[in-house]
Amino acid sequence: MDYNYVGKGIPRIDGVEKVTGEAQYVQDMFFNGMLYARIKTSPYAHALIKKIDVSKARKLPGVKAILTGEQAYQKLGIYIVDKPILAVEKVRYFGEAVAAVAAVDIDTAEKAIELIEIEYEPLKALLDVEEAVKPDAILVHKDLGNYKTIPDVFFPEAGTNISNHFKLRKGDIDKGFKESDFIIENKFHVPQILHVPMETHAVIAKWGTGDKIKIWSSAQSPYTLRNLFSIALNVPIQNVDVTVPYIGGGFGGKAGIHLEPLVALLSKAANGKPVKLVATREEEVSTLPCRQGLVAKIKTGVKKSGEIVAEEIEYLWDAGAYADYGVNITRATGYSAVGPYEIDNVKIDSKTVYTNHLFGTAYRGFGHAEIFWAIERQRELVAKKLGMDSLEFRLKNLLRPGSITITGEPIYEQSGNVIKCLQTVADRIEWGKPKSEEEKESEKKIGKYRGKGIAVLGKAPAMPSNASTSAIIQMNEDGSVRFNVSGIDMGQGAYTAMAQIIGERLRIPIEKVHTVFETNTDAAPYDWQTVASRMTILAGNAVIEACNDMEDQIFEMAGIVLRAARRDLALGDECVYIKQFPEEKIYYSQMAVGYTYPNGNAIGGPLIGRGKSIAQGLTILDKETGQGRPALDWTFGAHAMEVEVDTNTGDTKILKIVTAIDLGKIINEMIVKGQIVGGVVQGVGTAISEELKYSAEGKLLTKSFVDYKIPTMQDLPDIIEVHCIETPQLDGPYGARGCAEHPMISITSAMGNAIADATGVELFETPFTADKVYTALNK
Amino acid sequence: MMEKLHLFVNGEEIFEEVPSNSTLLWFLRDKLGLTGTKEGCGAGECGACTIILNGKAVNSCCVMALEAAEGHIQTIEGEAKNGKLSKLQREFIKHNGLQCGFCTPGMIMSAKALLIKKPHPNRDEIKEAMQGNLCRCTGYEAIIDSVEAASREGE
Repeated sequence: MDYNYVGKGIPRIDGVEKVTGEAQYVQDMFFNGMLYARIKTSPYAHALIKKIDVSKARKLPGVKAILTGEQAYQKLGIYIVDKPILAVEKVRYFGEAVAAVAAVDIDTAEKAIELIEIEYEPLKALLDVEEAVKPDAILVHKDLGNYKTIPDVFFPEAGTNISNHFKLRKGDIDKGFKESDFIIENKFHVPQILHVPMETHAVIAKWGTGDKIKIWSSAQSPYTLRNLFSIALNVPIQNVDVTVPYIGGGFGGKAGIHLEPLVALLSKAANGKPVKLVATREEEVSTLPCRQGLVAKIKTGVKKSGEIVAEEIEYLWDAGAYADYGVNITRATGYSAVGPYEIDNVKIDSKTVYTNHLFGTAYRGFGHAEIFWAIERQRELVAKKLGMDSLEFRLKNLLRPGSITITGEPIYEQSGNVIKCLQTVADRIEWGKPKSEEEKESEKKIGKYRGKGIAVLGKAPAMPSNASTSAIIQMNEDGSVRFNVSGIDMGQGAYTAMAQIIGERLRIPIEKVHTVFETNTDAAPYDWQTVASRMTILAGNAVIEACNDMEDQIFEMAGIVLRAARRDLALGDECVYIKQFPEEKIYYSQMAVGYTYPNGNAIGGPLIGRGKSIAQGLTILDKETGQGRPALDWTFGAHAMEVEVDTNTGDTKILKIVTAIDLGKIINEMIVKGQIVGGVVQGVGTAISEELKYSAEGKLLTKSFVDYKIPTMQDLPDIIEVHCIETPQLDGPYGARGCAEHPMISITSAMGNAIADATGVELFETPFTADKVYTALNK
Repeated sequence: MMEKLHLFVNGEEIFEEVPSNSTLLWFLRDKLGLTGTKEGCGAGECGACTIILNGKAVNSCCVMALEAAEGHIQTIEGEAKNGKLSKLQREFIKHNGLQCGFCTPGMIMSAKALLIKKPHPNRDEIKEAMQGNLCRCTGYEAIIDSVEAASREGE
């Protein structure tokens, strides 16, 4: 099928605003009489708050409002409501917000923060998930049993640190291990890491008379933010108006709800003056949430033939101090716990565990980058035990049409093709090509060894089974259109993809398709959240439905004017015409706000198309067995990597990464490839350097870009090669499925496998810093 | 304490009074309203606030406003002329050298300063010169493509 716009590498529609600096972010917004807020954070990982004295701060001229947990005690949380706006009675992590000030300028707010005196009684901090699940562990939350959550979906264990226990049982695990020729057990670690959007969290709020509240936020999800805000602060939802302008990256960290209620309460305390809070980079790192840590224990039973017959997995998620969003990561990684493999006998226990670390939240990949470190390293180690090539071993066990997933879901041709992805990357990295004698000699001489690694990946959106979205398209007087969706384009290019779909479907030049980058809940149609790689598939379908709706209206009006039956009409370029007599036509511009006859009579009215979509056919999973249908669409992929390890220093260098992702159908080749490269490099960061580090008392040590290094231009692999595999998703727009998160999944495992191939050293923990590799080499 | 400040921003002569402890970034954004320059870290570690001061790229969060006295500053707002994008800006769009756009003004200013000094840098020289500008979205490849393309002759 030949398309005008779909599949083409059209430049993004927000390019001009962004290269000129005209795109406005919350940071760039100023209002008359606006106050500036700062927060006072906890210097302890775990402590009782004995006394807070704000009297000196209150006396400082220019201070307009001060809040502590006494006023801002309400709890927040998207899936489990466990996090007070400001700490109440005790602090549970280093960096937790304890008090906040709004003042006439930043300097005054900062001075006031320093004048607030807080007396703490330090408690022993719980800093290890394996300790935290022991029966006699310190309890981070004594009231876990009373916290509000979603029943039948999340399962907190009262009186423990486990805020969710997801269970999956398939087949007969004991029988499976009995039938195995080999049983291989390993334990893997992934530390907490940071999102690092270049724009830190920023909020402006104004609490008006009659509890009319306006919020401007760097949020990924204006509607969910509005809903959670309304519930937490007990104000009617229609009183809350959330605006999201351009946002400077999210990566999951700006989903759900964060600083908005605090800033709104400060505004309320300051008699309704607008209050602005832009998180400092240090607050972004130590007060706002991170990606959860993981300890993964995997036990795999295989036959000599290479068939995996049993797998038992325990995932212990280090949620840190609050599980707000984290409980769903536990669930999502529970139902895809073994990766895209078919295994008949499976036992999975995935647990969200409280500790006194920084709390975790959604992060690109939603737990899958972490579990695939374990899964795809384990596959490599099992293949080694079998003496089998690891590509062959994977191909034997990967999902294919006719397979059944561990939740009992059948896999079809249209589910995507992980085997094709893996074979593509293996071919491109020249998998299995032996090193020449000269190469081996030279490696030995200089101490730099090369190796190759492969790894597959897979993920489905993790969201409530009824997550929905909508779109509105309105035609302008000149036949151009404006569309509104409330999923946020935070740089991923979703709005450009939507514009292409509209241009394609309604035969309008893309230059005439306009959208609104400042999304507002009082004006734009509903969307659940911009997360889970769900925008192209769900909003894309909503946009197509809105185009269909507009087409119906066009045909109805044109049928009257042209005196033709609907079946005789077709859409042409910016017009509708009679198929048999193409010169008999009306341009959209003649119909956009109603058609007017020469005598002045008019029919129709403004053309406004409405579309919606909702996840189809998803079910709640069985509490004991995890069986059901959790996945809107599976997106599969694979990476192959070649690395060079300097055995003299432990330094590693990535020579080449080949990535293949089955995204169903490319909507915009340039944008999707850019997104894939971006995800791969974000994955490289987690492989080579990124890690949150704490002192023995639980104080965060990595608080700046000097201590916490993300990739720079100098850290790029020599070659990144991207292949888009297109196995159409039958219910996706033009066959497309989501692929925003996927590129960063399994980068660590491909690299770990390549290091093992190069040196024989098996790593069980990320990242592969030079000291870690050097130590392992010299063990 | 307020001090007098005289300088040129995007070719415009400016006379202002600023607190002596204010940064150039604050002066540009809060005083002059030039919010195209972004604050990413406030510590000179991310490059989002890069501007050109007397021909050189600097992190404006680490320069005091008064240090720029009598200087010539270019910010992203001065890059497009008469409503027409510069070649550098056009290449960023054409090669998709941006996603969320937050690092983009700083990236373009860094690239411009590099091209002033070295009109035809190779990829390694671009990486070397622009390593202080962090981007979390693009994985940098498309940014390097954009700068490389901008350094080529012709439109």
